[in-house]
Amino acid sequence: MSRILARDLEVVLDGRTVLAGVGLVVSRGDWLAVIGANGAGKSTLLKALAGVLPCSGEVLVDDVPVRRLKPRERARLIAYAPQSPALPADMTVFDYALLGRTPYIPYLGREGRADREVTASVLERLDLEPFASRRLGRLSGGERQRVVLARALVQQAPVLLLDEPTTALDLGHQQQVLELVDRLRLADGLTVVTTLHDLSVAGQYADTMTLVSRGRVAASGAPADVLTEKLIDEHFGARVRIETGPGGRPGVHLERPDDTEPPASGP
Amino acid sequence: MTGSSRLRPGALALALGALLASMVAGLLAGAADIAPGGVVLQLLDWLPLVSADSGLAPVERNLLLELRLPRVLLGALVGGLLAVAGAAYQGVFRNPLADPYLLGAAAGAGLTTTAAIVFLKGNGEALVIPVAAFTGAVGGVLLAYALGNVAGRGGGTATLVLAGVAVSSFLTAVQTFVQQLGVDELERIYAWILGDVGGGWGQITLAAPYAAVSVGVLLLHGRLLDVLSVGDDEAASLGLRAARVRLAVLLAASLATAAAVAVSGLIGFVGIVVPHVVRRLAGGSYRIVLPLSLLGGAAFLVLADVLARTVLAPAELPIGVVTAFVGAPFFVAVLRMTRQAGA
Repeated sequence: MSRILARDLEVVLDGRTVLAGVGLVVSRGDWLAVIGANGAGKSTLLKALAGVLPCSGEVLVDDVPVRRLKPRERARLIAYAPQSPALPADMTVFDYALLGRTPYIPYLGREGRADREVTASVLERLDLEPFASRRLGRLSGGERQRVVLARALVQQAPVLLLDEPTTALDLGHQQQVLELVDRLRLADGLTVVTTLHDLSVAGQYADTMTLVSRGRVAASGAPADVLTEKLIDEHFGARVRIETGPGGRPGVHLERPDDTEPPASGP
Repeated sequence: MTGSSRLRPGALALALGALLASMVAGLLAGAADIAPGGVVLQLLDWLPLVSADSGLAPVERNLLLELRLPRVLLGALVGGLLAVAGAAYQGVFRNPLADPYLLGAAAGAGLTTTAAIVFLKGNGEALVIPVAAFTGAVGGVLLAYALGNVAGRGGGTATLVLAGVAVSSFLTAVQTFVQQLGVDELERIYAWILGDVGGGWGQITLAAPYAAVSVGVLLLHGRLLDVLSVGDDEAASLGLRAARVRLAVLLAASLATAAAVAVSGLIGFVGIVVPHVVRRLAGGSYRIVLPLSLLGGAAFLVLADVLARTVLAPAELPIGVVTAFVGAPFFVAVLRMTRQAGA
C-alpha cells in the first residue's frame, strides 16, 4: 500500500533539465529521506511532489493523481515547508501557524473558531504556546524551525514534505526537531519526505532513502542499501567508512584520504 | 488564546478619533477668520436631529460648506486611497518600499490624465479621466515591475524601486511633452500637477464610486495578502493561486491610485509613510495594516493640507511639498531599516 507514488517526474527550469525520469514510492506512515550532493535536484524533487513547480510525470497520493486536484484540495493532502521559508518579521507566531488553515478557508472568507482551535492545539503540542504572540523576527533558529513545522501541521495533511528541516541548526536542535517530526509521524500516521544533506542524520531517521544524482535516481531502498561506501564515493565524491550501529542503522563517518598528509606548518 | 493580531476595537477607535480630530482642525484652519466656536456649532447644526445656533454669517456658512468641508473630505479621501494603495502594493510585491509614486502608478495616471485634458479640451472629461487614469496607473506599475524583473532577477527590494523611478521619470517626460502640445490647457495642467485637494464637491463625487470599489476589494484581501507574505511557493503549497490574488490586489490598488491622482494631482509619500507607522504601532498583518492605513492616511493628508494652508498664510504651499517634506526623510529611514534587516 503506497501513500505516495511518483513516476517519470521531469522538471525543466530555464531550458535546463533539472530532474528526469524520477520515481519514488513511500508507504503510508513511512519516512523517506531524499539525499544527494549539492545541486543534484533534491529540493526540486520536493517542490515537484508538492506541486508548486511545473513538471511532467505523475504524482499519486493514495491513488489520487495530485496534479489534477485543485490547489486547495491538494493542500489538504500535502503540506510542504521549504528550505528557507520566508518568515515575515512582523507576523506573530499564531498568525503564521494559522496560515496553515488557508486550504480550509473560502477565498474571501475568514477563519472560524475551529481553525483557531486547531492552530492553538498544534502550538500547544509543539510547546510553542508561550510564543504565540511573539513576532517571528524575534525567534531563535530552533524556535523558527518549530514554528514552520507548526504551520505545516496546522494544515492537517497526511503527507508532510520538509526541505532540509535542520539547516542552520546546531546538533542539539537538529536532534530535537527530527525527534519531534518522528513523534508526530508515529502519533498521527503522517507520511514524511525530507531532504537531508547530512547522511548520518538521514541514516538515523529514514525508513527508506532515495539517492538523487544529477537529476536522476541513482539508488533507492533501505538506508543500509543506499548508504554504501561505493555509492557515496561515486555520487558525492567523498570517502567514508560505514559502520552499522545499534538497530542496524548505518553510521557514516568521514575519512581523510590516506595520501593526504597533514598540512605542512610553513612554506 | 492570544497571539492573533486582529484589528482591535481600541486601535480602530484611536484611528477614527485621529481622523475626526484632523478633520475638525481642517475645518477650523483657513485664510478667512471664522470663529472656531461658530464652526463647531455649525457642524453640530448640520447633524441630523441636532439644532444649534452657530451665529455664523451666511457668507461664512457658505464658505464652510462650499470650500472647507469639501476640501477636508477630499483630502481625507485622497489620503486614505493613497495610503491603502501603498500598503497593498507593499503586500503584492513583498517590498516595504513599494508606493504608488515610486512604482510609476502615479506617473502613469498623470500622463494619461494630462493627455485626456489636452486632447479632450474639456469635453466629457468627467467620464474619461478616471478610466484614463486607471489605465495609466496599471500600465505604469506593470512597466516598473517588468523592468525590475529584467534588471535584476529576483532582485532585492531596491531593484523594483529603481525601476519604478526610471519608469516614473520616463512617463513624466512623456507627460511634459504631451502637456506642451496643449498650450491652451497649460495653466489647468500645472495646477493639477502640483497637487491639491481643493477640487470641491464635484471631484468628491467623481472619485467616490472608484474609491468605494477599490477600497472594498482591498479590505477583503487582507488575509490573502498575509498568505502571500510567505512567498509564492509556500502560498501555492497552501492552495492559493498567488497570481490571481496579486492581479486582483494590483488592479484594485491601481484603481485607488488612479482615483486619487485624477482628482488631486500628484501627492507623494503618503503611501509609504502611513502604512509603516501603522505596522510599527499596531502590527504587521494586512488585516490591520489596510484598514488603519486607510484611516491614518486620511488623517495624515488632512493635516498636511492644514499645514499647506497655514505655514505661509495667506499664500498656500502645494500639498505635495508638505508630504514630500515629511516623506522623503522617512523613506531614507525605511530604506536603512530594510537594509539592516538584510532584505
